Amino acid sequence: MENKVKRNLPDDLMKELDLKPFETSKAGNPTVQRVAPKVRVTEGQNKVVDSLDDVIKNNLKDGVTISFHHHFRNGDFAFNTVMKKIIDMGYKDLTLAPSSLTGVMNDTVIEAIKKGVITNITSSGMRGSLGEFVSKGGLKNPVIFRSHGNRARSIEDGEIKIDVAFLGVPNADPAGNANGQEGDAVFGSLGYALMDAAYADKVVLLTDNIVSYPNTPASIKQDQVDYVVKVDKIGDPDKIGSGATRFTKDPKELKIAQMVNQVIVNSPYYKDGFSFQTGSGGAALAVTRYLRQAMIDDGIKASFAVGGITKPMCDLLEEGLINKLMDVQDFDKGSAASMAKNKNQQEIDASWYADPHNKGAVVNNLDVSILSALQIDTDFNVNVMTGSDGVIRGAVGGHQDSAAGAKMTIITAPLVRGRNATVVPKVETVVTPGESIDVLVTERGIAINPKRQDLIDTLSKVPGLKIVDIKDLQAQAEKQVGVPKPLEYTDRTVALVEYRDGTIIDAIKQVKD
Amino acid sequence: MTYVKNRLRRTMMFVPGNNPAMIKDAGIYGADSIMLDLEDSVSLTEKDAARLLVYEAIKTVDFGGAEVVVRVNGQDTPFYDEDVKAMVKAGVDVIRLPKTESAAMIQKLVKDVEKWEAEFGIEKGSIGVMAAIESAKGVLHAPEIAESTPLMMGLAVSGEDYTADMHTKRYPDGRELEFARNMVLQAARAADVYAFDTVFSNMKDTEGFYRETNYIHELGYDGKSLVNPRQIAMVNKVFNPSKEEIEEAQNVEAAIAEAKAKGSGVISMNGKMVDKPVVEKATRVLETAKASNLIDEEGNYIGE
Amino acid sequence: MEIKTIGVAGTLESSDIQIMISKGTNGVEIDLDSDVKKAYGDQINHVITETLNKYGIEDAKVKATDKGALDCVIKARTLAAAQRATETQDKPDLEVL
Repeated sequence: MENKVKRNLPDDLMKELDLKPFETSKAGNPTVQRVAPKVRVTEGQNKVVDSLDDVIKNNLKDGVTISFHHHFRNGDFAFNTVMKKIIDMGYKDLTLAPSSLTGVMNDTVIEAIKKGVITNITSSGMRGSLGEFVSKGGLKNPVIFRSHGNRARSIEDGEIKIDVAFLGVPNADPAGNANGQEGDAVFGSLGYALMDAAYADKVVLLTDNIVSYPNTPASIKQDQVDYVVKVDKIGDPDKIGSGATRFTKDPKELKIAQMVNQVIVNSPYYKDGFSFQTGSGGAALAVTRYLRQAMIDDGIKASFAVGGITKPMCDLLEEGLINKLMDVQDFDKGSAASMAKNKNQQEIDASWYADPHNKGAVVNNLDVSILSALQIDTDFNVNVMTGSDGVIRGAVGGHQDSAAGAKMTIITAPLVRGRNATVVPKVETVVTPGESIDVLVTERGIAINPKRQDLIDTLSKVPGLKIVDIKDLQAQAEKQVGVPKPLEYTDRTVALVEYRDGTIIDAIKQVKD
Repeated sequence: MTYVKNRLRRTMMFVPGNNPAMIKDAGIYGADSIMLDLEDSVSLTEKDAARLLVYEAIKTVDFGGAEVVVRVNGQDTPFYDEDVKAMVKAGVDVIRLPKTESAAMIQKLVKDVEKWEAEFGIEKGSIGVMAAIESAKGVLHAPEIAESTPLMMGLAVSGEDYTADMHTKRYPDGRELEFARNMVLQAARAADVYAFDTVFSNMKDTEGFYRETNYIHELGYDGKSLVNPRQIAMVNKVFNPSKEEIEEAQNVEAAIAEAKAKGSGVISMNGKMVDKPVVEKATRVLETAKASNLIDEEGNYIGE
Repeated sequence: MEIKTIGVAGTLESSDIQIMISKGTNGVEIDLDSDVKKAYGDQINHVITETLNKYGIEDAKVKATDKGALDCVIKARTLAAAQRATETQDKPDLEVL
């Protein structure tokens, strides 16, 4: 069957998994029934245990769903510590449902798949060797890719039922009160893990730092926690985030960032009290810098910024240029450390951040969102999941959520990367539908979605802004790099990309060798 | 591409001739002129490869409407002849001759260009030339160099080699370049060609860059040679005319239109006659204002 | 044109391609290493072969290490390597350009 963004979906799988094709980015007003976790009642003064083996033995059985968070990113020790034991203990048919998978987890996941320990995966994304392994057909059942908001929704709606959540934290008291802000391996916001803590039947904290009771601020609360496992080291602080976020010196990224800034300050949204989201890439950080100068010059302050937070955003908070940071995760040491000392850096969970099926998520209050793309097509559909070779090397992240919520979503991308065109006739994988994208900024010009005639009218009047048709950008890119030979895939589906409401926006096929 | 004698040339960005990544993106930064370099930035063993790369780039890369200049190797090198030949065939806008010390050198270049234009069936006069002044001799001969050919686009001071020749080095205050800068500028103005200041290579010293650019702008230079795209916006900022200058230029423009409408050969404003340099200045100011988006389509001032 | 020595041109920097040409006997045989081989391998091989043929080289072994070069770069690097392999770089034949 074909969905609304003209992607062919595998009928057999859609039927077998009872899935619906993507229809619209509008969530509407459905009434949904949420689920609640099973609770094994304890008085729970002291939940500290030394033996992770015993915890696994007493709580896991074949076929259950286990989860992890990725706030430690590539400094994560929790995942491998737990998974290696699970592999050694010979469990089978587990579903792995982490908030995302980082490179440091790849080898273990591949081993677990090969040994039949893991047979199903849902994640925000995957990269490197694992992405390659899955793209080449290494996992029998298709991976389900979900955005951060969609994961929250799926957990609340019961589509992801977590049996046991293993959550690494840099501190916890014996009753299980924990946060991400103190200890050796701090990562700031626990945003994604808060969903697991609230909805998993069993919640296992792992920490190298047991502190005295009561531990505050308590992001994860004692009433949610079953076990606190003491480990030697929970993470490598140097690999959690880039140490100091450096501004790019790449003139092309700076040029794009300057153009993005021009689009923002000339848009109707740029006024006192506006709000924005930026990512962590070089161009996004540079946008923050240009925007800062513009805000100072124009005497404009932002009411809030949301998302993955970086140090430059915390600086804006401290300078009084942003009133609040709505923080679901922190990308660098500076922003992680800042959370502990800034009461206006508010930790938010993934549902509050971006869930389409709640009573209003922060992304819906957003004016401007600046997002990236591996590819964007002439219908403005964006791919952040597969490379130009068709191999999985990305993550949905908050892309769909932020794009759907923000009043103006700007995609920043160079026209070409090496010999790969970024603006293409048809993206390899649709992750975010073009209907939720408003502006594309490349170094060779700015394209505005035809459905935003208001923005076309406003921005065309700005001298120096080169507004072009997205088809012209695509043609320019093609003129530079030529027409690629179409990629070859087998008929086998290796992954399904859900839209934030759980419908299927695209299927990823196995690449031919 | 064809050489245009008069155009806006505030920024001339250097791009190493053997670097495909930098050449590919050179056109996106809004430089008025792009100078692809076959000389100092290319090692002796890569001269042949860079020449071919620049040739192919001129033929295919979109330089965003910038004027394309190529700095060939000097006439005292074995690469000069092949450089000129290939660049003529490529159809470059302007050839820049390094280490120019006499009118004869430029006349040789023009003769060589014309020879290859004839050979490749390219219209004579399609390619302009410019001279880099890099020595005491070059500075003293600047007037004859500037007047050596009708195809002369302009003169550029090259500070590094010149200061070495003068037994000194670059200093932050630029006093060591005072004579050269003034001499080259006088020569250029007298011959009605463009004048370009030398590069400023310390990217960390923004203040120093502005100081130097303001200084050469005050002297009357048309533009500056640049080593980094980030310097383009800074130069343009310095060269931006003020609101008052723009309004004055618009008044001159109106007076010209009025004179034309009346069929009068004499342009007058506020009862005074407007001289040619004033008319030309007005044209330059408005051209710069448009390029820097300081006025909208109707001519209203929209700068800061 | 006769290949007299091994000719190498180009670098391993991004957007460049390194071409190494040596004597061959069986047409232009290309060993291509590229991240975009699937999408552009045929096109890259075509540009190399055509450029060599135009330069009068019918038989050659070519090792090409591509870092995302555009066609104009591939052509320039192939020509430079061909000139070096035929020892004609001092007086190159511009007619092929």
